[in-house]
Amino acid sequence: MTQDIFTQLTNSLVDGDPDAALELTQQALASGVEPMAIIRQGLMPGMDIVGQKFAEGEYFLPDLIIAADGMKKAMDLLEPELRARQQSIESAGIVVIGTVKGDIHEIGKSLVATMLSANGFTVYDLGVDVSKDRFIAKIKETGANILGMSALLTTTMTQQREVIKALDEAGLRKQVKVMVGGAPVTKSWAEEIGADDYAEDAMGAVHKAKKLVGKA
Amino acid sequence: MLRPKLNVLDESLVRQMIDEALQLLVDPGVRVHNDEALRLLDEGGAHVDADRQVAYIPEHLVWDALSTTPKSFHLYDLTGAAAVHYGGDEVHFDPGSAAIFILDYQTGKQRSPVTADFVKFVKLVETLPQLDAQSTAMVCADVAEEIGDLYRLYLALNFMRKPIITGAFRKDTWWVMKEMLTAVAGGAAGLASRPLTVFDVCPSPPLLWSDLTCQNLIDCARAGIPAELVSMPLSGATSPVTLAAAITQHAAESLSGIVIHQLSNAGAPIVWGGSPAAFDMREGTTPMGAAETWLIDAGYVQVGKSLGLPTHVYMGMSDAKVLDAQCGLESMGGALMAALCGANMVSGAGMLDFESCQSFEKLVIDAEIIGLVKRTIEGVAVREQPIALEIMRQMGHRADYLAHPHTRKWFRKELYIPSDVIDRGSLDAWEMKGSKSTVERAHDRVNALLLKYPPSPLSSELRDEIRQIATRAARQFGMEELPTLPE
Repeated sequence: MTQDIFTQLTNSLVDGDPDAALELTQQALASGVEPMAIIRQGLMPGMDIVGQKFAEGEYFLPDLIIAADGMKKAMDLLEPELRARQQSIESAGIVVIGTVKGDIHEIGKSLVATMLSANGFTVYDLGVDVSKDRFIAKIKETGANILGMSALLTTTMTQQREVIKALDEAGLRKQVKVMVGGAPVTKSWAEEIGADDYAEDAMGAVHKAKKLVGKA
Repeated sequence: MLRPKLNVLDESLVRQMIDEALQLLVDPGVRVHNDEALRLLDEGGAHVDADRQVAYIPEHLVWDALSTTPKSFHLYDLTGAAAVHYGGDEVHFDPGSAAIFILDYQTGKQRSPVTADFVKFVKLVETLPQLDAQSTAMVCADVAEEIGDLYRLYLALNFMRKPIITGAFRKDTWWVMKEMLTAVAGGAAGLASRPLTVFDVCPSPPLLWSDLTCQNLIDCARAGIPAELVSMPLSGATSPVTLAAAITQHAAESLSGIVIHQLSNAGAPIVWGGSPAAFDMREGTTPMGAAETWLIDAGYVQVGKSLGLPTHVYMGMSDAKVLDAQCGLESMGGALMAALCGANMVSGAGMLDFESCQSFEKLVIDAEIIGLVKRTIEGVAVREQPIALEIMRQMGHRADYLAHPHTRKWFRKELYIPSDVIDRGSLDAWEMKGSKSTVERAHDRVNALLLKYPPSPLSSELRDEIRQIATRAARQFGMEELPTLPE
């Protein structure tokens, strides 16, 4: 029975059925399965298979994102249970991410957030049009060690520089690695504004985030 | 659902071309350098000048022949499953055939192909889902020239599963090829009822049936092996320069072939095919990448369809000598045009330098072209009703369709997803993978695909049997043993 529910949980992510992932997690908890076992033996193997299939060219972004959605739904249920047991799962890193003020482009940023989260990062996605104060407040609140900022316009990319300045002023610059991205963003721009790295796409962002926190 | 479709002739022009073609068969008539065909034509009611070897074919003979010609037929793979449907507007692709050179990736130069090259090619075709059939794509230089045709088929039969487009270079070797095919089909009945092969038969422009090709045509008809007419007017050289006249000449040659074929065995399957070219007036060559070549092809396909016949073209090739931009643009242009015309079999993948040179790397690049082209002619499908209302009202103004199950449900059906030969990654991702060119990526894919080649379904008994048949033929031409088969 227990073995069976783990397999079903794994399959719910691989088959892209987030509602099933949620329902199975509820069932497992109700029948007394430990939350840590649900994560390690049910959910993580599913995410590993999805990642593997993506790397092999069999799976694509929609498969990845829908699996990450199932994972998130399950984790929302499991996190309070873990806290109640004074347990926690080791995160690859804590990321605060958002599109800068004045810019409402979402897709690229959301993709990076999803991919980071699917790769073991704890991700706080602030959405679009995010002011520097909101970035700063969230970093303080979560103890994040990575900040990701997206800008799709040449007119808004200067905001990335403003946020980095604000980090300095708030004394947070040493605590967080800063990654920037978006269509107009280049390596030289990243260097110019004092960011730690930049990425061209979501997979590149995961690769570089792991490097920045020493997990690659 | 509307399927993208191209017509290049209006209906009255098609009718006029057929009418003029019929008149050409009466005057000046068709040269037929084959006694058996002349006898069949004579007995069938044509006026035959035996001394000059010219047949004057009256119109009613043509209509009689067309009335018994099948509108469609299937080719079967080596396991006996239906794999290719000649008929309607179904479009299939196979590699260009009978290359006498191969473009060597390591040296960048053309050289003569040998056994190992062709075996590798056959395996590669098996691994490429975009290709629907094999062809006897290369003539191997390591066997006696006289068995060049049957040896290709022998090699292919050992490694293929897909059906194969082939042809004979001699009258006597056709029988050896038939013997091997009969063995593989488990007897003469299987050979005709579940054909694995199509034989190309090529009239010589203008209006000539050579002894060899005419005999192949008659023999195919009698065995029930599908024949594919490959009429090849060269506009301005062996046919009039106007495209309309070249298409008319093609029709006359092809109609005369159908008459000989149906007189040999009424009801035998035959394909309205060709390989014309708009003769190059500066170089004196036969360009496959010329717009006018494509128009002649498109025109004769339309004529063939108006007669209700299965069709074939030689398109999707290039005149370039290396895998460069010319090579890509000419191959894509021809392949797209062929598919839009609804040609049932499009031969040419892998080929460059007119019709003389094959390339593994071009084959996998062409497979991507074919993928794009096949997707294009599938058109815009209505997947669900209503088309957009339900999903768009559910999503409102949110942009995250990427995360919606609707996307996951449909994207594989809606999108043709290319292999790594086509680069759609970011600059960063491309650089991380080594900043490789199309040809370098194609070479990587050739090697990767060959590792995935599935084992051939042919039994060891049949392998022995066809080796004996091929070896017997080789010995007639002074070659004691055939080269050892590669693994």
